[in-house]
Amino acid sequence: MTNDVAAGLAGERRAAERAPRSRTRSTGSRIALLIGAFAFLFPFYYMIVGSLQKEPDSSPAGAFPNPSNLSLHNYAAIDSAISLGRSLVNSGIFTGGVILCTTVFGLLAGYALARLQFRGRGSTFALVLLVQVVPFQLLLIPLYVLIVRDYGLADSYLGMILPFAINTSAVFVFRQFFLQLPAAMFEAARIDGANELQILFRIALPLCKPALMSVVLLSFTGPWNEFLWPFLVTKRQDMQPLAVSLANYISTVASAAANPFGAILAGACVLAAPAVALYLVFQSRFTSTDIDSATKG
Amino acid sequence: MSRTTSDIDRSRPAAGTTAKAPAPRRRWRLRLGGHQPIGILFVSPYLIYLAAIFVYPLGFAVWMSFHDYFFAAPGVQVDRPFVGWENYTTVLTDPDVWRSFANIAVFLVINVPLTAVASLVLADALNKKLPFRSFFRTAYYIPYITASVAVVGVWMFLFNSDGLVNQALGPLAPDPSWLINSHLAMPVVAVFVAWKQLGFFVVLYLSALQNVPQELYESAALDGAGRLRVFRSITVPAVRPATLLVLILATVTGANLFTEPYLLTSGGGPDGATTSPVLLMYQRGLQQGHPDEAAAIGVILVVLITAVSLVYRRLVERD
Repeated sequence: MTNDVAAGLAGERRAAERAPRSRTRSTGSRIALLIGAFAFLFPFYYMIVGSLQKEPDSSPAGAFPNPSNLSLHNYAAIDSAISLGRSLVNSGIFTGGVILCTTVFGLLAGYALARLQFRGRGSTFALVLLVQVVPFQLLLIPLYVLIVRDYGLADSYLGMILPFAINTSAVFVFRQFFLQLPAAMFEAARIDGANELQILFRIALPLCKPALMSVVLLSFTGPWNEFLWPFLVTKRQDMQPLAVSLANYISTVASAAANPFGAILAGACVLAAPAVALYLVFQSRFTSTDIDSATKG
Repeated sequence: MSRTTSDIDRSRPAAGTTAKAPAPRRRWRLRLGGHQPIGILFVSPYLIYLAAIFVYPLGFAVWMSFHDYFFAAPGVQVDRPFVGWENYTTVLTDPDVWRSFANIAVFLVINVPLTAVASLVLADALNKKLPFRSFFRTAYYIPYITASVAVVGVWMFLFNSDGLVNQALGPLAPDPSWLINSHLAMPVVAVFVAWKQLGFFVVLYLSALQNVPQELYESAALDGAGRLRVFRSITVPAVRPATLLVLILATVTGANLFTEPYLLTSGGGPDGATTSPVLLMYQRGLQQGHPDEAAAIGVILVVLITAVSLVYRRLVERD
């Protein structure tokens, strides 16, 4: 925050010194920023417009909503093809399970790494970091063999959740949070005779709501948007999360539909809406904690 | 009850209340577990998980790539003999595998520089005083938090043969169209991924820019340095560690490419021009039942990414 203010002040001073030249340039760069923002947002606008068109209209005029060509017909079409409700429930259970596991594992590990001194703390920290560099493409085949073939967890929520249940950033967010709490508070509790479990449940947990919130938000988009792994695990349509059932619709069914793009875009809107809505509501938490806690670790 | 007292005993030296040296038994216990050995209990679920879901499969992947591994009915004991480098020679003499690595190289050559340059320029612009700054930050971040599967749908609609892009281009529209043109399909995928991931890298650079000392900019302004000069001589060197991170992360993301060629160009088309190594691993390993060869492709891919990351490190740290 203070940095921002300082940057702003310095920027103003700079601008004042070289006013005439830099004003034209900064107008230019603002226009470029505006064009860029348009390029980033237009596909989303087009997604909504396209999902409401009765007849697909890919002419430039089709980018503007035409009242006579609007209907919710495409939403009904995609719902009858992949059953949106069921897919959303599957996405919800998958995402909820991942968030729950990430939070519990991350909270315990983050708290211990920040506040407890125990043998092996250093190597635990190194191991936590290591997860982030293990590339998923190397794990893809062995995880499939183990989870789907050996443990027989195909078409199950557990099979979907397992590879995502721990998350390095979650550990870092909690660790960073507990490090910022005053050490004296924990010492006082110990002197008063509280044991470590009591300290965790009576002091650390009630205080960590902001960190908890960040972890929940930051572990939402991962599983909600994930395609490859649940795609490998689920063959039965009634177990597929929305990302998978929509992808299957795109790659196989769409060619046979009357207005395939309309239905695809309707499904895309339903898939995108929860993540975008969450981001818009909790914006500040998304951007700051996510990176800061990971880089400043 | 007795547990509670022993816990208090243990925690006392941590609080630093005893001036006397700890009793021998306690010292022994300290060395074995630390001041709060319960910490081991707190991290153990995480570590057990790590071992089962990351470490063991990692070893399994390498083991598999050196054995004749195939799918058998569950519970059936089958012999899976050691075959040395056989899977690797099979894979490395296969033109399709070379093709997929060449494809991903094309992808990375376009995607990584585009991502690094665009995200730094954007972060620099968004770090300055700007009207509607949070609107701009949101606009550039939205694609990153949206599912690939969802935005792929719109891009298909946009870049379709008679889609909006071609209609807008009129006679300049490429023939065959973008996604079915073997020269253009991979570049479109590379631009798509850069567009989708850019928000993440902008945020990464924004947090790096917070740590650049303001005095540097002020003295540059006093020296009358122009904007471009300031960007080149101050901003770019100051965020060098972040740049290394951006390059490596963009490369790792790119090497994991699967969803886009699977959906956007319908299964690595046209004519295999967008088949990525991970898509090939899926086809070889799971569709055609050669998990051992797929594992070998995975190992080769990871070795290559590690090599590329080391090259980045030398490049970024040298100049």
